[in-house]
Amino acid sequence: MCILSADLARLFCAAAVLMLMVFDAEISAVFAQGYPSAFNFGERVSDRDVAAMSAIAPDGKGLPPGSGDYEKGKQVYEIACAACHGADLKGVAGFPDMPAGAALRLIGGRGTLTNRQPILTVESYWPYATTLFDYTRRAMPFTAPGILTADEVYAVTAYILTEANVIDRTTVLDRQTLPKVQMPNRDGFIPDPRPERFR
Amino acid sequence: MSNEGGRARAIEQALSRIGQPISEEEARRLEAREQCECRRGMFALAATRRQMFGGAGLVAAVGMTAMLPNAVQAKAPPGAVEYDVPDDPTKEQGRLMGVDGGYGSRSQFESEVRWYVPTKTASFTPMQSGYGIVTPSGLHYERHHAGIPNIDPAKHRLIIHGLVERAMKYSLADLKRFPTVSRTYFMECSGTTGRELMKATEPTVQRTHGLVSTSEWTGVPLSTLLKQTGLKPDAAWVLAEGADAAVMTRSVPLDKCLSDALVVFAQNGEAIRPEQGYPMRLFLPGWEGNISIKWLRRLEVSDKPFFTREETSKYTDLITKTGKARMFTFTMEAKSVITFPSGEMKLPGAGFYEITGLAWSGRGKIARVEVSLDGGKTWSLATLQDPVLPICQTRFRFPWIWEGQPAVIQSRATDDTGYSQPTHQQLIAERGPLEPAAGAQFYHMNAIQSWGIAADGSVKNVHPFG
Repeated sequence: MCILSADLARLFCAAAVLMLMVFDAEISAVFAQGYPSAFNFGERVSDRDVAAMSAIAPDGKGLPPGSGDYEKGKQVYEIACAACHGADLKGVAGFPDMPAGAALRLIGGRGTLTNRQPILTVESYWPYATTLFDYTRRAMPFTAPGILTADEVYAVTAYILTEANVIDRTTVLDRQTLPKVQMPNRDGFIPDPRPERFR
Repeated sequence: MSNEGGRARAIEQALSRIGQPISEEEARRLEAREQCECRRGMFALAATRRQMFGGAGLVAAVGMTAMLPNAVQAKAPPGAVEYDVPDDPTKEQGRLMGVDGGYGSRSQFESEVRWYVPTKTASFTPMQSGYGIVTPSGLHYERHHAGIPNIDPAKHRLIIHGLVERAMKYSLADLKRFPTVSRTYFMECSGTTGRELMKATEPTVQRTHGLVSTSEWTGVPLSTLLKQTGLKPDAAWVLAEGADAAVMTRSVPLDKCLSDALVVFAQNGEAIRPEQGYPMRLFLPGWEGNISIKWLRRLEVSDKPFFTREETSKYTDLITKTGKARMFTFTMEAKSVITFPSGEMKLPGAGFYEITGLAWSGRGKIARVEVSLDGGKTWSLATLQDPVLPICQTRFRFPWIWEGQPAVIQSRATDDTGYSQPTHQQLIAERGPLEPAAGAQFYHMNAIQSWGIAADGSVKNVHPFG
């Protein structure tokens, strides 16, 4: 039934096109051309082109080879991070407030999430350790983003997470161990329930 | 004969006036004509020309221009060029076309600019001086996470890969060959007005609400591009990545990518501005601004979100009532604000004023806007200015005769889903109180804004908590 009517429609369409072609060549040209479903623009990309670009997911997908620990991380932190984030990892007083609240403080703040003035840090708020690695590797240090090697990023991640009492000093972070780190606020997130029903 | 000679002298005299001083008295007279009492104070935040030239005691701005020799031109406001101002523009030829190089500028007497936070990471649209619904591209709000990259469009590529049948890369020229669409949409930062939750903090509508703007955007539906690459069965999310120093990344649900998502390259009829993502950006209509990744260079199709820094540490909504945070809170809900009269303006006296403002909703069209003149006790419908477009700012107007008594004026928007703007109290009851603190910010704050008008006509930001 469906097929039949579709065929009829096509026939009718073809007839209409024919008539238009007879009476008005210009209109028939418009009628005959539609948008194609495929366009041959752009270039194919090989796996090799994108291998280094993959983003890092909580399951560890995209993590690069390499490793680092607390001791090495402490050195990296002092050179690359302490100027803004502070020797105690609690931010540097006197820096201008970031518009979204000071993001300089990295540790502390556990148990403040129901406060009127909560303290949101890697320790108190971030759900995944992979995010710390990913962000540090892409966007830090602020004045020279992307300058740290994978080893250095693993190391400084280990340093921050140790100071945050999330892992211990002996933990070596790499692509296997990092995704296994259990962040304190891992279960602190819920889906968006909006729209809310205000009373 | 003598008549002819008189005319020649008059012309000579007129020509010689260019760049010549005029008297202080003459300058004052000109200024009085330019800035009548009725305007004074109504737009206090916008720097007046007097302020811009370092002002008091100096000959007023209009006159001053005429006083300056041509070689010592005063600096024009941003986006303007300073030209001589003749006493009588009907008595000499105006400047030739083309001295602007073919790209026009605004009047040297207009000085509205974006307001920057001290860290220069966000700038706010001067809504108090806007008209209609479109924001001039140069006044569109900005939020950058690592500055504005300067990108050569010839070298820029958009790569689409991951769970696709064919990984592809597109140049700007490739992108422009696809069938395109143009849509007028608002864009709003999810942090807008967050600081206003607990108390009135900012003095003007620019600083409270200015992280929202409207432009006409032109680009290619993302669905068209994903149709080219094909999708593997597990595809469910798409990571969008920018080419800025933050390499800003956000995970976008595939549904959005296949519905109204665009990859845009034009804004208000020309290439998008560098600060808006030149040469191309993602545009996700109705969603918080930061997810419309600027300087878009990569889309990675995945089965799961990536939980990037900007969707975990930031741009998640901590509900202090429970200690849990909402994640992937994309939609910008219905909101409105009166832009005239608004904070730091001063009404010159009792009489007629047209209250006007903007309303918008990420869920659709604005269905109605109500205005209250008594702090929310009673409400009346405002007129909506056509066109009323989905996911776009809508201009509303409300005639008002001010009797000279103190008043609190408010607007309340309702969109076509039936959702109405809440009060501060309702928002706090639902989500808990939150004061700006270390790393914490109240996102998606869309409460009803109040402007208090004092008996002397001065307008200020007031808050229901006093």
